[in-house]
Amino acid sequence: MRVAGKGRVNRHVTVPFTFDGKRYSAFEGDTLASALLANDVRLVGRSFKYHRPRGIFSAGSEEPNALVTIGHGADRTPNVRATMQEVYEGLSARSQNAWPSLRWDMLAVNDSFAPFLGAGFYYKTFMWPKAFWERVYEPVIRRAAGLGALSGQHDVGRYDKAFAHCDVLVIGGGPTGLMAALVAGRAGADVILADENSEFGGRLTGEVEEIDGQQGHAWADRVVAELAQMPNVRLMRRTTVTGSYDQGSFGALERVSLHHACPHPDAPLETFWRITAKRSILAAGALERPIAFPNNDRPGIMQAGAVRTYLNRWGVVPGRKVAVFTNNDSGHRTAQDLHDAGIEVTGIIDARTDVGSVVGVPTFNDGQVVATAGRRGVEQVTFTHSGGQKTIAADCLAVSGGWNPSVHLSCHMNARPQWREDIAAFVAADGAVPGMSIAGAAAGAFTTAACLSGGANTALGVLADLGFTKPEVAVPKAQDGTYDITPLWSVAGNGRAWLDFQNDVTVKDVSLAATENFASVEHMKRYTTQGMAPDQGKNSNIGALAVLADATGRTIPETGTTTYRPPYTPVSIAAMGAGARGKGFAPERFTTSHTASVQRGAPMIEAGLWYRPSYFPARGETTWQEACEREVRMVRNAVGICDVSTLGKIDLQGPDAGAFLDLVYTNTFSTLKPGRVRYGVMLREDGHVMDDGTAARLGPDHFVLTTTTAAAGQVMRHLEFVHQCIAPQMNLRLASVTEHWAQFAVAGPNAREVLNAVVDDPITEEEFPFMACGAVAISGVEGRLFRISFSGEHAYEVAVPARYGDGLFRMLLSVAEALGGGPYGMEALNVLRIEKGFLTHAELHGRTTAFDLGLGTMIAKKDCIGKAAARRPGLTGPEREQLVGLRAVKAGDEITAGAHLFREGAKPIRENGLGYVTSACYSPTMGNTLALGFLRNGRARHGKRVLMVDHLRQISTVCEVCDPVFFDPEGRRARG
Amino acid sequence: MAKLIAKPALETGMPFAAGDAQLSMPDLGCLTSIAPFDGALAAVAASLMAAHGLGFPEPSKMTVAENAQCIWWGRGQAMLVGPAVDDGLAKHAALTDQSDGWVAFLLDGAGSTEVLSRLTPIDMRLSVFPDGHTARTQLGHMMASITRTGAQQFRIMVFRSMVQTALHELQGAMKAVAAQS
Repeated sequence: MRVAGKGRVNRHVTVPFTFDGKRYSAFEGDTLASALLANDVRLVGRSFKYHRPRGIFSAGSEEPNALVTIGHGADRTPNVRATMQEVYEGLSARSQNAWPSLRWDMLAVNDSFAPFLGAGFYYKTFMWPKAFWERVYEPVIRRAAGLGALSGQHDVGRYDKAFAHCDVLVIGGGPTGLMAALVAGRAGADVILADENSEFGGRLTGEVEEIDGQQGHAWADRVVAELAQMPNVRLMRRTTVTGSYDQGSFGALERVSLHHACPHPDAPLETFWRITAKRSILAAGALERPIAFPNNDRPGIMQAGAVRTYLNRWGVVPGRKVAVFTNNDSGHRTAQDLHDAGIEVTGIIDARTDVGSVVGVPTFNDGQVVATAGRRGVEQVTFTHSGGQKTIAADCLAVSGGWNPSVHLSCHMNARPQWREDIAAFVAADGAVPGMSIAGAAAGAFTTAACLSGGANTALGVLADLGFTKPEVAVPKAQDGTYDITPLWSVAGNGRAWLDFQNDVTVKDVSLAATENFASVEHMKRYTTQGMAPDQGKNSNIGALAVLADATGRTIPETGTTTYRPPYTPVSIAAMGAGARGKGFAPERFTTSHTASVQRGAPMIEAGLWYRPSYFPARGETTWQEACEREVRMVRNAVGICDVSTLGKIDLQGPDAGAFLDLVYTNTFSTLKPGRVRYGVMLREDGHVMDDGTAARLGPDHFVLTTTTAAAGQVMRHLEFVHQCIAPQMNLRLASVTEHWAQFAVAGPNAREVLNAVVDDPITEEEFPFMACGAVAISGVEGRLFRISFSGEHAYEVAVPARYGDGLFRMLLSVAEALGGGPYGMEALNVLRIEKGFLTHAELHGRTTAFDLGLGTMIAKKDCIGKAAARRPGLTGPEREQLVGLRAVKAGDEITAGAHLFREGAKPIRENGLGYVTSACYSPTMGNTLALGFLRNGRARHGKRVLMVDHLRQISTVCEVCDPVFFDPEGRRARG
Repeated sequence: MAKLIAKPALETGMPFAAGDAQLSMPDLGCLTSIAPFDGALAAVAASLMAAHGLGFPEPSKMTVAENAQCIWWGRGQAMLVGPAVDDGLAKHAALTDQSDGWVAFLLDGAGSTEVLSRLTPIDMRLSVFPDGHTARTQLGHMMASITRTGAQQFRIMVFRSMVQTALHELQGAMKAVAAQS
């Protein structure tokens, strides 16, 4: 219900929203939680395991109960905390984990079976039959238990990621953080102040108290206004710092558009920030903890501080008759504020002895709540006190079991918090995270005055460290006092006393874990699932370990906490992966012939990051196979043009360039004459083949290497490594020129004719024999020409600077087409090279040696990288699977890449495997199906038959083993 | 004989503006990578000064002359931007023409740093990365060379083949930042 005259919502602007389809009205400035409470909606969700009715418990990100689903369809987001969701016009929220409705939930029957469903029940219950666990029990349990569900559709929302850097990151914008940011900002440091709420001020936004003679929230507003004017300060509202990591880096999630009815289409819903800070100040405050007493989970039972925040910030009270149960002064403050606002407070039940009272409110010392009653929410509270037992009416019970400093971020790098007996709480330790200082309530300072001075002093210390001059800042006057807590963790009595509301863990579960010897806090956590829900035990960890300490006869510090891990609050995966959805996953690399290829209808396929044409469909062709076969015949009989710019091109210059190539290639390059090209094989240090390619000697000290498309980056990295680490004495320099040159293969009997139609000075066989290279000019543009062939035909590769790539491609095509040729794509290129037994990374897959590939003789006498390792036992000899050609015995029978090879007649099982197929195609040239593969002792088996079995596609084909070079084994065509 | 037509890396999409940021694609002229051979750094620096009026840049820096810049490009390597490199340098350094290998965007305006913070992880604060500073870093998933050429101005260079992706990423970040300001 709203309370007249209280709160700072804008009562002039009403905001309609729905919850479970029912229409309600809120005010501007409300959260979904405050709006539901204002509308007297108490039941907001069902619990995880027992489907217990639950209501709003807190006013912050620690909320365990009020998790709702926002939006519909692909926009649906589950497990949104109603306490953090700001209302907007048309907001549609739904409750979770209830069927058919929140009020009448069928699975509430689970609650009746609670005696059988305690901690570890499924470890004990679902033991037999063994196979049933995966197939029956687990799916059933998973269906019965759970919070919200994803839509199952692609998330269409826009998310962003961003990086920020600062001198001082202040985590938390309460009195401590504001003061720290103000001091650091005035000193001129680059400051980021992040707070997860929509409004800075922390507890000041929910309290009635003065700072320097003005209301706390007004003081906060004034400080924020000053900070906003500073160019060196970045204010990050709605931003939760979720994790602290190495080297002063932090993760933070900003809710950018989730509070807007109509978000800007270009704005992200959330941004995941990576913040790097020289220093950080943890001013994350403290969270109020509950007390475990029988049936303490009824809707209406809430944190005392939250009740106060709802009253003071939003002008809402969760009930008409409020009782307070406390063991410290916080509860009294709630009673006072309620009483002052004219709300009936039916009693303060204080666990302490001899405490004063709020005037006009009955106070009961030595009080402990032993029972609550009420069907869908608390209606009355029964308690013992120094005068006996008493029952009072209450539709809201405000509970304070003390405050837990928010130490989480200080523990993300494995430090443990320190126990302080005087405040009965763990506090964050300075030095827990390098560069992080702890201030305010996170460090155990529980009064506003202590927080303000703590924030200022901590900032001064940090500034001195960073070398900033001390600024002029006076610490304002504020309320001081005592905290005065008598620890009370749980109350015995009939009925379950809940510790973890989100995972339905009770005091009895924790005791049972101890009894069954899961006595370590980490074991207890896993046995009971306490602290493993989305709230990560923010409300329950300390209480549970206190109960465990009691059950095992240890102290709380001896028992210790479980490990705090990031993220502090849940982070959507979409935000962490922002920008990487769909094509954002990797850059697209387009060749200069891309547009021309697409214009000709070529389907483009990915090769590395590049896009290359698969084939160029001609009129009347209905399958890729038809186009491919035509292109192969075209190259063999006339001429074909293919963009080969994607192959890696590495420029190598320097007096030692030749010697360097001798080191990295198996064969010798220092003897290569300028103007000539040589094929080379490169090994990894472990002796296996890394890549193959060519090196062309453009001048005495100048080479250009080609690599395969797939290994271009790897080879460049390898060469850099070898130069820097193995041969730093060699004087040479490397540069990738892949991007600068557009390069085209011109292959086929008419290749020279095509080329001579475009170059300024025609070439002859004598000038440009097989494996020659040199400069050419095309329309006056300086280019490079290489007489190399990946098709086995008389072929050239011609390169021009990339700006001319499109022009040259079109020019070559028009000449080629007049000569019965045209473009060819990857499919035809693959057939052409299989026919010739040329290798790609299907064969150079990382596990093959030069010996396996039949290139053993290419390892020259001189030393090279990988030579010694390639000689190791087991890397050569008849046991090795060696490269062979395979052709179908019955012409046209299918051979498939990835299939395995067996002796004819042997059972096709793994133990009998003799090898496998790496590349296969139908060869229009040979009129048969051809393949390359690796076969044990394969070179000795030429002429023999093997059985190919593709177990996945269920294909069996008898193949004849042969030399891998099927076509023109003498190589006459390429030379001719 | 038909003339070979030169095509720009991007034919559409430029210039582009959103919020406080503007994106354009300047013609930088020639790009030549200069990698001094062993012991030849001083000779390269002297030749550069004599021929082009600028020195060989320190790591993470750019040197500037009237019509030329030289950008640190990684270990032992710099990129001369603008004029065709003087042939005399070839005695002392590996010279490699990269004019068509890289494309340059100019990101300008009050929002430029904020736009870049969406795409690149390095610290772009003016105090840390002032005018004339350069870095080889990431732009989204691409490797890039980013140089500050003014208080609110950056030159972003990426592989020519990735120009479409770079444009898409930059425009996306510009629009997202504009939508939040």
